[in-house]
Amino acid sequence: MSLVNAENLTKVYTMGEIEVKALQSVSFEIEPASFISFIGPSGSGKTTLLNLIGCLDKPTSGTLKVAEVNTSELTHKEAAAFRGKNLGFIFQDFNLIPVLTVYENVEYPLLIVQNVPSEERKTRVISLLKTVGMTDQKDKYPDQISGGQKQRVAVARALVTNPRLVLADEPTANLDSKTAFMVIDIMRQMKEEFGVTFIFSTHDPKIVSEVETVYTLQDGMLIGRAQGKGGRYA
Amino acid sequence: MLKLFKIAVRNLSRYKRRTLLTSSLIAIGVMFVLVFVAASGSFKYIMIGQITDSMLGHLQVHKRGYVASIDSLPLTLNLSEKAEKKLEETMEKIIDIESFSPRIKFGGMFSNFIETTNIRVNGVYPEKEIATVPLFLSRIKQGKKSIKEGEILIPELLANGLKVKVGDTVVVIATNRDGSVNGKKFVVGGIIESVTGPGGRDGYMHIKDAMEVLRMEEMEISEVAIRLKDFSKLNAVSNRLDEMMSKELNKQGKPIFDVRTWEKLSPFYNVARMIDVMTFFIKLMLIAIVLVSIMNVMIMAVFERIREIGTISAIGTKPKKILSLFLIEGFSLGVFGAAIGNILALGIVFLINLVKITFNFGRQSGLVLSPSLSAGDILWISAIVILVSVVAAFQPAFKASRMEPVDALRHV
Ligand SMILES: Nc1ncnc2c1ncn2[C@@H]1O[C@H](COP(=O)(O)OP(=O)(O)OP(=O)(O)O)[C@@H](O)[C@H]1O
Ligand SMILES: [Mg+2]
Repeated sequence: MSLVNAENLTKVYTMGEIEVKALQSVSFEIEPASFISFIGPSGSGKTTLLNLIGCLDKPTSGTLKVAEVNTSELTHKEAAAFRGKNLGFIFQDFNLIPVLTVYENVEYPLLIVQNVPSEERKTRVISLLKTVGMTDQKDKYPDQISGGQKQRVAVARALVTNPRLVLADEPTANLDSKTAFMVIDIMRQMKEEFGVTFIFSTHDPKIVSEVETVYTLQDGMLIGRAQGKGGRYA
Repeated sequence: MLKLFKIAVRNLSRYKRRTLLTSSLIAIGVMFVLVFVAASGSFKYIMIGQITDSMLGHLQVHKRGYVASIDSLPLTLNLSEKAEKKLEETMEKIIDIESFSPRIKFGGMFSNFIETTNIRVNGVYPEKEIATVPLFLSRIKQGKKSIKEGEILIPELLANGLKVKVGDTVVVIATNRDGSVNGKKFVVGGIIESVTGPGGRDGYMHIKDAMEVLRMEEMEISEVAIRLKDFSKLNAVSNRLDEMMSKELNKQGKPIFDVRTWEKLSPFYNVARMIDVMTFFIKLMLIAIVLVSIMNVMIMAVFERIREIGTISAIGTKPKKILSLFLIEGFSLGVFGAAIGNILALGIVFLINLVKITFNFGRQSGLVLSPSLSAGDILWISAIVILVSVVAAFQPAFKASRMEPVDALRHV
C-alpha cells in the first residue's frame, strides 16, 4: 500500500487575469519508509507539490491520497488534525516558536497538538533531543542557538509525534555543508530506525546524493525519476 | 489550557513595552472609573443623607393631590385625624419603618411689629421630628436645640432680613381653612439653617401651636415624613406602604393617600441621576478605551506572528487552539490592566480619605468626601474590562485561527 498516491495532480494559481500552472498532471506513488527528493529549477513547482502532499493546500484537479486519505476532501479543521496526527514538517527557515525553549519546541506537538500524557511526553522529547544531539541545549531559546542547531531541533519536533511522513522543503538551504550533512544524516537514521518516510524538495546536490529516489520537476511537470546514491539498490 | 496560558503570557512579555503601555492605559482607565465611582458615590450619599436627614425624611405620605399644589400649602388638602390614625396603624405594622413625623404645614404672615413678611411653617411633634430627620437639631444655629411650645424656629434668611434675634417676640398670622384670620405671639426660640430643596426655608413650631394658629378643633395633618431603618430598602418599603394604603378609598372611590419616596419630592434626585448617568458614560468610555487598545495590540500581534501562526497551524494545531491562544493573550492583558488599575484606585481612595477633601453643598460646608470602594464595584468593573478585552481580541484571534497555513507560511 503506497503512502502517497498522486494522480494527474494539477495546481493552477489565479492572480486576477493571469493563471499560473504551477503543477500539470503530476502522477507518482511513494512507498512507506522512503527517502526521496523532488528537484528542479526555481519556480518548477516543488514547494507547490510539497504543500499539496502536506495537506496545506488543495489541488485544482486530480486526486491525492496520503495515508489512504483523500486530502482534498478535508475541511480546514480536519486537515489540521490530519497533519498533527500523520505528518511532520521541516522548514527552510526552521520556524521554531521563539517564546518556547528547545525542549518546549520539541514538546509542543505532543502537548498542544496531541494530548500525550506527561510521562510519555518527557521520555519521547528527551530521547529525540538525544538523537539530534541537543540535550545540553534544551533550556535555550531559539535565538540563542545556531542555524544548524535550530534545524536539528526542528527535525526533533517533526519526528516527536511518530509521523508516517515528514515533509522538508529545502531543509538545508540555510545551512553550511557540514551542518547540512549532519542534519541529513540524522534524518536518514530516523528513517532507518522508525520507517518514517522523508520527502524533500531541494536544489542541494548534497541531498540529491543522499536520497534513494530523485524526482525532477520542470515547469510544473514531472520529467524524471532516478535512483539516488542513498538508494537501497545503489 | 494552562499550557496555552504559558505561551500567551510569554508572547506578551516578548513585547514588553507594548504590553506595559497597553495595560497601563487600561489600568489608568480602570483607576479613573473606580475613583470616580467611589468619589461620586460618596458625594451622592452625603447629599442624599443631607436632604433626607435634615428635612425630607426617606418617604412622605400626603393626601392625594397635596403634592401637586404643595407650593400653596393648601389647608383644604390635609389628612383628617381619622385618616392619619389609619396611616399610623399601618406604619406600626411595617418593621422597616424606624419612625415617622406628622406635620401641619401652612403659609402665613410673620411680623416683628415693625416689618411684616410671609413665612411657611411646619408644626411638628418635636421628638417625632428629631427621630425622623436626625440632622434637624444640627440645623439650629442659634438658640436652644429644641422646639418648645410658644416658641418658633425661624429660617436664617428671615432672621437676617428682619433683623430678628433669639428671644425676640414676633407674631404669626394665618388664614385658616374657613377663611378667618388669626394671629399668635411667639418667642423666637432659634434660628435654623436653610437647606436646598422644598421646605428648606420653612420655620418650625410645636404642632399644638400650629393647631392654635389655624384654630383647628380636630387634628389635621399635611404630611407625614417617614424614616426607614435601612435606606437601601427604600423602594420595597415604599411599594409595600403604598399597596397597603391604596386600599383606603374616599367617598368617590378614589384612594386617599399618596406615598412618595424622597426621589419624587426633591429636585436633587435629578442631580443624583445626573451623577449616575455620568458614571455610566465614564464606564462606556472605559469600555471604548479597553476595546480599542486591546484590539489594536492584538491586530498587531497577529500581523507580526503570521508566519508563526502558519507554522503552528502546519504542524497540526487546531483552529480552536489558535483562537484560544490569542483570546488568552487579550484576556491576560485585561486581567493585568484591571489588577493594576484596582491597586491604583485603592491607593488613591485611601489617599483621598487621608487628606480629607471637604466640600460645600447648598448652605452646608465642610462636608468630608469619604469615598469607599465596594468589592462589588471592583469585581464588576474588572469583570467588564476583562470581558471587553476578550471580545476585543476575538476578531484578530478569529482571523488568526482561520488563516490558511500556506498563505501564512509564505508571508514575509
Ligand atoms: N501563492 C501563489 N500565487 C501565485 N503563484 C504562485 C503561488 N505560489 C507559487 N506560485 C507560482 O507557481 C510556480 C511554482 O512555484 P513554487 O513555489 O512551487 O516553485 P519552487 O519549485 O518551489 O521554486 P523555488 O525553488 O524557487 O522555491 C511559480 O511560477 C510561482 O511563481
Ligand atoms: Mg520552493
